[in-house]
Amino acid sequence: MIPYLVALLCAGIPLLFLDYAIGHRYRGSAPLSFRRMARWTETLGWWQVAVCFVIAIYYAVIIAWAVMYMFFSPGLAWGDDPKGFLFGDFLQLQDEVTIGMNFVPGVLWPHILVWVATLVIIGLGVAKGISWANKIFMPLLVVMFVILVAQALFLPGAVDGLNALFTPNWEALADPGVWAAAFGQIFFSLSVGFGIMVTYSSYLKRKTDLAGSGFVVAFANSGFELLAGIGVFAALGFMAMQSGTPVSEVAAGGVGLAFVAFPTIISQAPMGQLIGVLFFGSLVFAGMTSLISIVEVIVAAVRDKLGIGRVKATLAVGLPMAIISTLLFPTTTGLYLLDVMDEFVNKYGILLGALVSVVAVALIVRKLPRLSNHLSAVSSAKPRTLWMVLIGGLVPIVLGYILIADVITKSQETYGGGDYPDWFVNTAGWGMAIALVIVAIVLSLLPWSKRVDTGFDEDEEDRELAEVVASRDETLTTGTRIEEAEL
Amino acid sequence: MNPDAIIMLIVSVAVLWGGLGAAAWHLRRSTAYQEDEG
Repeated sequence: MIPYLVALLCAGIPLLFLDYAIGHRYRGSAPLSFRRMARWTETLGWWQVAVCFVIAIYYAVIIAWAVMYMFFSPGLAWGDDPKGFLFGDFLQLQDEVTIGMNFVPGVLWPHILVWVATLVIIGLGVAKGISWANKIFMPLLVVMFVILVAQALFLPGAVDGLNALFTPNWEALADPGVWAAAFGQIFFSLSVGFGIMVTYSSYLKRKTDLAGSGFVVAFANSGFELLAGIGVFAALGFMAMQSGTPVSEVAAGGVGLAFVAFPTIISQAPMGQLIGVLFFGSLVFAGMTSLISIVEVIVAAVRDKLGIGRVKATLAVGLPMAIISTLLFPTTTGLYLLDVMDEFVNKYGILLGALVSVVAVALIVRKLPRLSNHLSAVSSAKPRTLWMVLIGGLVPIVLGYILIADVITKSQETYGGGDYPDWFVNTAGWGMAIALVIVAIVLSLLPWSKRVDTGFDEDEEDRELAEVVASRDETLTTGTRIEEAEL
Repeated sequence: MNPDAIIMLIVSVAVLWGGLGAAAWHLRRSTAYQEDEG
């Protein structure tokens, strides 16, 4: 927990403010915002868009799995062997690691449904689609998970799980890998560094309290993660007790935790079927809101570049993505491809892209003072020197360390520990990561629609913003005086 | 739960949920939020 809390306060929240500032000030999708900030940095915006493209095409299939497992839960369809059920009956994972197109019907149909739902929501727009979906999915997610956590806390052995989660391991604090994991988790969790917050903040009103909202978002996100962690570890404590093994050995993470360990728990726990529906239902809702945000980054970028409407952009982008995603992932080899692409896009897409972006913004184009002034002008909290030191100093050092350590690890042993052939990792991993950068460069060389103004006058923006803020404050002061007079 | 875990739980809840409460309260009082609402 200690590395997690430090990472949130020292990197997560500062980076969230940076993304907010860029999107809100330059009022565009990631590529447009970066271009308006400094022409050559448009490539960084497209890099983030390309990262989102890759994530979206594999993310949808995980939601599809969760949809099916939600329906499997009442009948405990996995029987006595959740692992065999997952890899055999459900995914029909073949032994040979390759890129194939043998479709698995049980995964294919929910996968298509996920894409249809996502594209419809995005096509409907920010207010009628994205905002509406979040207003339904998020509260449901919170309610479902609160019930789940409450149930999990009463399972026998839950306390052992909580002890495993919260007992500080002081020796582990000296392990750089632990800090790397914590910073990585915060990064992905807050959706910073790959265009989502830049895009979303570009839709906010001029007078939005960015820093104030940012603190609420960050603490709400991490607060919910704490709640989820309590529920998950309580359940793992139950499973550990049942199997007679320590909590640390019960499940690693990711696919194994969600689709093997949890079904085991569901089978054994009192009211397990309900826990199952709630857990997998929560995964579906959380996954859908994430997928929507990821795809929106791409749609917004295409809208801005081509000057076309939302529906056209959604179809132009969404249909090819859905087709590519459907061809590659609901298949007998989809899991292998997902695993490698996820590992490499997270490290050499998100983290490397964020490192380069932070260095560019802070140290090359030197926009931190401007962005700090922008944030402070509209916000109740004022991110000043400390914020700039964290962004310009600590974050690049931490990201640089994580990436260098990872390159060294991967150069010593092919990712997958021998499970994947070299050509597979080189193509779906390294090749994909390099292709993202090439695609970003090519896209940044394409001309912008004449309908889009890619220019930006920093001083003019500061003047206008000052007027807007002054009129807001005057309105409120006048309103307060009137209220006082009436009293 | 062991004492160290209890302390860590309290610290985590205080920082995250306490931070959320403080941030939400502060946001409600901010001028931008007030103008939006009012």
